[in-house]
Amino acid sequence: MKIWIRRVVSVLLVIALLLGLQRLVEPKYVTEFKEGGFTAEYYKETMGHEVLMVGDCELYENFSPVTMWQKYGITSYIRGSAQQLTWHSYYLLKEALKRETPDVVVFNVLELIYDEPQREEYNRVTLDRMKWSAEKVGAIRASMTEEEHMLDYIFPLLRYHSRITQLTEEDIEYYAKDTQRTIAGYYMRVDVEPYEEGAWPEEEPEDFTLGDNAMGYLDKIVQLCNDKGIRLLLVKAPSISPIWYDEWEEQIEDYAAENGLDYINFLELVDEIGIDYEEDTYDEGLHMNLSGAEKCADYLGNFLSEEYGLADLREDAATAADWEEKVQFYEEMKAAQYEELEEYGEIVSY
Amino acid sequence: METKEIIREILEDMHSDVDYDTEEGLVTDKVLDSFDLVSLASELADEFGIQITAKEFVEENFNSLAALTAMVDRLMEE
Amino acid sequence: MLLTSYNFVIFILACFVLYYLIPKKFQWVLLLAASYVFYFMAGAFYPLFILATSIITYFTAIWIADRTAKDGEYLKTHRAELSREEKKAYRVRSNRVKKGYMLLGLLLCLGILAVFKYADFAVENINALFAAFGSERELEYLDLLLPMGISFYTFQSIGYLLDVYWEKTEAQRNLPKYMLFVSFFPQLIQGPISRYSDLSKTLYEEHSFDWRNVRFGLERVLWGYFKKLVVADTILAAVSVIISDEYYSGAWVLLGIIFYGIELYADFTGGIDITIGVAQVFGVKVQENFIRPYFSKNIVEYWRRWHISMGTWFRDYIFYPMSISKSMNNLTKVCKNRFGKGVAKRVPVYLATMVTWFATGVWHGASWNFIVWGLLNGVIILITGELEPLYVRFREKFPRLTTSVGYKGFQILRTFFLMGCLRMLDCYQDVEMTFRMFISMFRDFDPAVLTLEEFAEFGLNWQQYLVVFAGTVIMFLVSLAGRNGSVREKIAAKPYVVRYGLFVILFLSVILFGSYGVGFDATQFIYNQF
Repeated sequence: MKIWIRRVVSVLLVIALLLGLQRLVEPKYVTEFKEGGFTAEYYKETMGHEVLMVGDCELYENFSPVTMWQKYGITSYIRGSAQQLTWHSYYLLKEALKRETPDVVVFNVLELIYDEPQREEYNRVTLDRMKWSAEKVGAIRASMTEEEHMLDYIFPLLRYHSRITQLTEEDIEYYAKDTQRTIAGYYMRVDVEPYEEGAWPEEEPEDFTLGDNAMGYLDKIVQLCNDKGIRLLLVKAPSISPIWYDEWEEQIEDYAAENGLDYINFLELVDEIGIDYEEDTYDEGLHMNLSGAEKCADYLGNFLSEEYGLADLREDAATAADWEEKVQFYEEMKAAQYEELEEYGEIVSY
Repeated sequence: METKEIIREILEDMHSDVDYDTEEGLVTDKVLDSFDLVSLASELADEFGIQITAKEFVEENFNSLAALTAMVDRLMEE
Repeated sequence: MLLTSYNFVIFILACFVLYYLIPKKFQWVLLLAASYVFYFMAGAFYPLFILATSIITYFTAIWIADRTAKDGEYLKTHRAELSREEKKAYRVRSNRVKKGYMLLGLLLCLGILAVFKYADFAVENINALFAAFGSERELEYLDLLLPMGISFYTFQSIGYLLDVYWEKTEAQRNLPKYMLFVSFFPQLIQGPISRYSDLSKTLYEEHSFDWRNVRFGLERVLWGYFKKLVVADTILAAVSVIISDEYYSGAWVLLGIIFYGIELYADFTGGIDITIGVAQVFGVKVQENFIRPYFSKNIVEYWRRWHISMGTWFRDYIFYPMSISKSMNNLTKVCKNRFGKGVAKRVPVYLATMVTWFATGVWHGASWNFIVWGLLNGVIILITGELEPLYVRFREKFPRLTTSVGYKGFQILRTFFLMGCLRMLDCYQDVEMTFRMFISMFRDFDPAVLTLEEFAEFGLNWQQYLVVFAGTVIMFLVSLAGRNGSVREKIAAKPYVVRYGLFVILFLSVILFGSYGVGFDATQFIYNQF
């Protein structure tokens, strides 16, 4: 009997040690690579949303849910992270649909141009903090590059062990706590850096056909929404870089028509919305800054409200209270960013 | 001279400080190194007109003066 | 599948669990299946070649054994009728047939090895020869992929064949069992080259689960991973930079020798620890391949303690047979008459030594670097032998000095340095560069070039250097402790908390400080575009 107690205690002790060390070496995604923290922030949401947006930075930097709330009373959330690819989006959506059933799902089509996993690090950024579920396993299997191994996801300690010699204060400070990086999935930037042609390298693809793998996952997203009676809306955000080629545009338009989906290409609405690439981008045309994101959200909110008749929930007390907090956090972050801009001439901690 | 005495002489030539009547681990205890063993084999072959093949070239046959004598006697028989 | 890959660890664990679940009489079958699966995963066509070598040596060995039995029987039953001459003639005939079988098996196996390992080296040199004589002819390279472990299993099979031929061991008549001997997977990657008489003792036995044995095996495996992952693979980055560029001359060469000495030791002995440990978990005893080689006081001793199974293989199957062969005896006789006894005595030893070391060099790899390396080893060993009387006199004259600890230390360092210099041939891209770098070590020696900035260039941070240093110190201490008895036995005798604590520390060190996986490159995480 005694020997069994000893063994159990020994094993538990080692497991505890391993878990403790694992937490220590995992990236905290607080000051650096913030995108790694986005996926998990969704789990903090206590209420459902009318709109769920899934996609890469073209969503989470270009649309501000707070604006849609303030102007149209629409509740929304962006499930997006850095270079989120179509299969990531599919599994993140599938996971989210187990918790809530929104009226509309918005999908940004840029990620369809990637037919294969791109970079291990971005896989980690999107998947590391996903809760364990069949969806997470599916997402990992769909995302792994050739060199990757499932074990590295099951035991992040194996993946990040070499950080033991590169630890920073952040690893200690955020050992047991986390921070809030987004507002309903929106990543705010208030600074301005005007669009400059050629600032980002562009590579024209040899073949413009959107790949079977990516399109296959889009089919699955369509199916998923159909099954749940959710309307799917395709969008292309107004980022100028990377270039959105006409060949792609045609394929998306055809796809939308075939599947009876609406598709909004914001690049064609630049004048109507009033986007000014001198003022509304913070990284020379890649992403919108706050002013750009508010303009895009305004248009999208109006569309959802007018065309899809989404309800204005501002009168609903519980919802209003929930969003009151978000708005407050939004305003505080905005103020803090402007303060930094004033003080350092750039944004340092966001 | 007897076989045994001739072999003893060859061995004494190599290492004079060993008591060959009692030593039973010439190879096992590394009294003879590999170079000694090779010279020994070649001198035995020369002296007795025998051919020591790899088959005979094993520890048991070289570990003591007695074993060596037995081996040489047997090979001369054949 | 590398010893250090996740898949290997998973594979081993799966085999291990199955091994003790299935009926014991099938345990060796599982090992055989696992070995072929392992080999198949390394390369889809690899099993074909190992199967070919197994079948060739299996049958030739049996033919030889059958003939031996038959002829022995014949001589026994006809003992009275045959004259001495008749018996002798019969024996000669019988030996000739057996030798034929042996040579058939030997040449076929070596042929497979030669095609894979040496064909392109031969082509390269033939082409160079053509060019030297102004010919424009060029032979085409075969570009064959060397099957994993082919040098090891070929030598292991040949050793078995010769053992049967010399009647040192019985032939294995069960083909699957023999196939397991050739392909036993823990030793496929880097040896040791086991002897049939040794490995067969425990390979086919039924093994009950023995916790102590399994624990010892796992500890050994973990220790192997520590050496390999924490020390060898971490320092590897620095080693590969230092040896790749002539910029690192002078004092850098000495540093390279030290670093490579550490890297190679940790990698090779660590790998063997894993092999022996894994085998031990299966209850199979694989022979030791290293006995604290860096504590050797001279090169002869070094080769008795480093890669032992290879050294004894070359000794038993090339050096001895060659030096005691009939033709060698005849040659000795001729020399004795012409040049006297002193020369005659040296002829077999010198000739056999140089041939053996040439072969050892070639076995290591198809390149001039290894050939020169082998020959230099042979020369140094012979010189050491010639100097022996001098050493004896020196020891007699200065008994106090030569028995002191300091002198021992000097001998050990001298041997380490000497072997390190030879090992340079293993590092630099060609023989010429090796000699240039060797000379630069003496001509341009200036420790001032070893600056911290330079060390940072190798892609290791100071914490990692510290890890390697600590790991090396630990290996050294473990070696010291191992001089008088098994370290694991000593640990096993300690209280539970101590030995379990040590095990956990070792385990965590491997997990945390081991160089495996993609590493963490912060710049790759910075999200710069999408």
